[in-house]
Amino acid sequence: MTATFTPSGTTGLVHEEPVIFERSVPGRRGWLQPSSDIPAADDLDGALLRQAAPRLPELTEPDVVRHFHRLSQWNFSIDAGFYPLGSCTMKYNPRVNEDVAAMAGFTQLHPQQPADTVQGALQLMVELEDALAEIVGLDAVTLQPAAGAHGEYTGLACIRAAQVARGDARRKILVPESAHGTNPATAVICGYETVTLPAGPDGLLHPEVVAAAMDDQVAGLMITHPNTIGLYERHLPEICEIVHRGGGFVYGDGANLNALMGVARPGDVGIDVMHINLHKTFSTPHGGGGPGAGPVAVRTELEPFLPRPIIRRGELLALDWDRPLSIGKVRSFYGNFGVLVRAWTYIREIGGPGLEQATRLAVLNANYIRARLSTAFPVAFDVPCMHEVVLTDRAVKDHGVVTMDIAKRLIDKGFHPPTVYFPLVVPHAIMVEPTETECLQELDSFVAAMLEIAAEAAENPELLTGAPHHPVRGRLDEVAAAKKPRLRYEFL
Amino acid sequence: MADRFHKYIPATAAEIEHMLDAVGYPTVDALLADVVPASQILGRPLDLPGPLSEVEILAAAAELAGRNQAAGLQACFLGAGAYRHQVPAAIHHMVSRGEFLTAYTPYQPEVSQGTLQGIFEFQTMVCELFGMEVANASVYDGASALAEAVFMAHRVARGKRPKAIIAGAVHPEYQEVCCTYGLAEIVKLQAQAPGADGRIDLAELEASLDEQVCCVAVQSPNFVGLIEDLPAIADIVHAAGALLVVAVTDPHACSLFESPGACGADIVVGEGQALGLPINMGGPYLGLFATRKKLVRQMPGRLVGRTHDTDGKPGFVLTLSTREQHIRREKATSNICTNQGLCALQSAMYMSLLGPDGLAAVAERSHAHALYLRRAVAALPGFELCFGGHFFHEFLVRTPVPASQLVDQLVGHGVFAGVPLSRYFPDRTHELLICATELNDRAQMDDLVRLLGVHTDSDGGAA
Repeated sequence: MTATFTPSGTTGLVHEEPVIFERSVPGRRGWLQPSSDIPAADDLDGALLRQAAPRLPELTEPDVVRHFHRLSQWNFSIDAGFYPLGSCTMKYNPRVNEDVAAMAGFTQLHPQQPADTVQGALQLMVELEDALAEIVGLDAVTLQPAAGAHGEYTGLACIRAAQVARGDARRKILVPESAHGTNPATAVICGYETVTLPAGPDGLLHPEVVAAAMDDQVAGLMITHPNTIGLYERHLPEICEIVHRGGGFVYGDGANLNALMGVARPGDVGIDVMHINLHKTFSTPHGGGGPGAGPVAVRTELEPFLPRPIIRRGELLALDWDRPLSIGKVRSFYGNFGVLVRAWTYIREIGGPGLEQATRLAVLNANYIRARLSTAFPVAFDVPCMHEVVLTDRAVKDHGVVTMDIAKRLIDKGFHPPTVYFPLVVPHAIMVEPTETECLQELDSFVAAMLEIAAEAAENPELLTGAPHHPVRGRLDEVAAAKKPRLRYEFL
Repeated sequence: MADRFHKYIPATAAEIEHMLDAVGYPTVDALLADVVPASQILGRPLDLPGPLSEVEILAAAAELAGRNQAAGLQACFLGAGAYRHQVPAAIHHMVSRGEFLTAYTPYQPEVSQGTLQGIFEFQTMVCELFGMEVANASVYDGASALAEAVFMAHRVARGKRPKAIIAGAVHPEYQEVCCTYGLAEIVKLQAQAPGADGRIDLAELEASLDEQVCCVAVQSPNFVGLIEDLPAIADIVHAAGALLVVAVTDPHACSLFESPGACGADIVVGEGQALGLPINMGGPYLGLFATRKKLVRQMPGRLVGRTHDTDGKPGFVLTLSTREQHIRREKATSNICTNQGLCALQSAMYMSLLGPDGLAAVAERSHAHALYLRRAVAALPGFELCFGGHFFHEFLVRTPVPASQLVDQLVGHGVFAGVPLSRYFPDRTHELLICATELNDRAQMDDLVRLLGVHTDSDGGAA
């Protein structure tokens, strides 16, 4: 028997660390300027100068290091344990990625350098574009978008520009009801109305639903594949044909690409444009909320509309700004380059066979969780899933315990809660995505914890409704936070 | 399947068999065949190189890195939206802690107090620097922050003011991003060319304002380094009932010059890269976004707020999320989800280390260096300052030979002389945008001046 880690539900040392402004001691400093023999400036009009200094803390380097070190010990992280957030793909973040991204030959490049002095960086970007295009089965890639939702905007803007260019501006985007909230939000910012499409009783989108909604005002369909219930949208070839015949494009939300690598390709089933979350599928760290990167892959037909500049291939790689049909830039410079470096490293290191193994094990792990937990926490759709499974609180609800209580009790048992109350189409959803980097022992510990929680729900529901009990803070009052927002430190 | 997997994949053949038993399939292929229709299975290996060992991947990466010329390690006078300042060594070590690096968005506050408190501190520091009341947890970068600000101003006017004016001396990439976001024509953008002194023409601004305009977006210091007259602009904009949006590309400026908030700005956005992030080929950077308290419900992006737990202990949560896409879907204030969390934390570490005095010292030193350099370059035969007047740490000079030619020649000497304006405006061939910070010492600057002189001498002076 392999010995396993016994989680406690506390994160490191339990300590109290004040807000940094309360640690400040006037007169301390954490930084010394290099000496300079350039005289102080004598040219500025006093009226332009700042009157009251910003109230930043005054601390030494050891003070600051200790403060942030202590804060870090209040965080759960993928390094510390199982983080089964559905649709977030919290896989292990390889450390060699970090070492490569920290190479001075990358970090010390200025985005305004002449292209012939950054050939290695451009080569890396070209190789990443090619790898992503091969993985998703599309023709061209832009690396500029900074995150998934930013990629969605970029992709929809390309669709809009392509239709406007052929004199066929349209008003509507079709969005299945199980979509991430970013999809409808993006469509509206892009100037579209959204039409919500219901899923069938099997959780899948059906061709006849799309056909009924399709008309000459529909610019396209935005679909997450596999969908947010963790199901493979098997009717996509037929659905894409309907959309294409009606003059629309199909946008693929690539949040769940970890389920597809080397198994099936979105481009092959008819998707025309999609974003790829490098901070999910391609192992770049999520950083407590970013930075991510959301490259967008398109079919040749949409390539002229991609953000500029593009990297022009050839003996000498160059940045091509002369792109008359481009939607323009979606952010400054060329994208979250440091994140691109990490994803390039991961893909090159793990290789094609490694990516395929990752997908296959991610799918197996999710189905294992489904098999072990579907009695205690009935699944929304009782069929094999892909990389994530959606459980529910149906079997414990009668004890006065709901999904949020289960999530908070998991914290006491040393696990990060799954994604909860999403997708909205499944009431009280508990969405578990284990990823391929979790081992069997870890999955079994999680299963055991969930089964214990199911038992506790029957015997001692207060243990759940009052959870979490172990971490540095108990359940936080979110209602009070929203009612009277305190969004910054109030100086005395 | 292979007997042994990659080092990031723990499953063994025996464990896979055990899991397949539980799932009820003989093989993973059989499981996949039940999920993915046969006609949609790829059925061939991905055409990608690899796998590589760690030794090999490090060598491959070092080879690519070695093909670059790292400007940041040489005499670098490049700015134009990305600024080289010293990043204290402690920052990389603090921000590399796995607890920060490998955490997700803090949706479960009880196990995310570290990130949440750090972002709360960040929000406070941004408010202090910009002279504003609330700041969000970050957006992608300065350019997208400006586009979000224009959208926000449009919402504040409840759609009744369909136009936005953008000053022509705003960074060209920021203007372009606003235009991209403006494709859907929700807001109609109108650019106003700068006046003869390189700054906003106040009379023209006043004349172009009407009740159709929701906001005026300006940058100060502007794209060519000049300080705009923000108090005067604010008066004109407010008299027309519009909002003033101010963009800042190097926030150090706000510790030397009066803050945009104190000058009357309603929304302040900025690029936070200069605050402790390496130049990194343009990203990841940090979009800063701050506004007045009364406008907070129209603000995009995540916000951290202070509250208490069931025992009354203080703590932090993500709040006011009814503005956001995961709750409001099509009615959200923005589609933004993932932001630049770790970069925000990094800049909070930077501001904590430097403190008010350190930040002001970096700004003063950068300005003093740029002033020394501006005087020396302006004195060179054939060179001429495009604009006089107050500036921060960048300036535009007219060059006697094409600026891009000079830049290319000086790269050979390990000197990155500046950004040729033709990079953005192809017909402005003889203008060079030069930036100096505290990291450009006298020897570097003297060398730049000498080389500029040498490489223009034989061409016979002014063009």
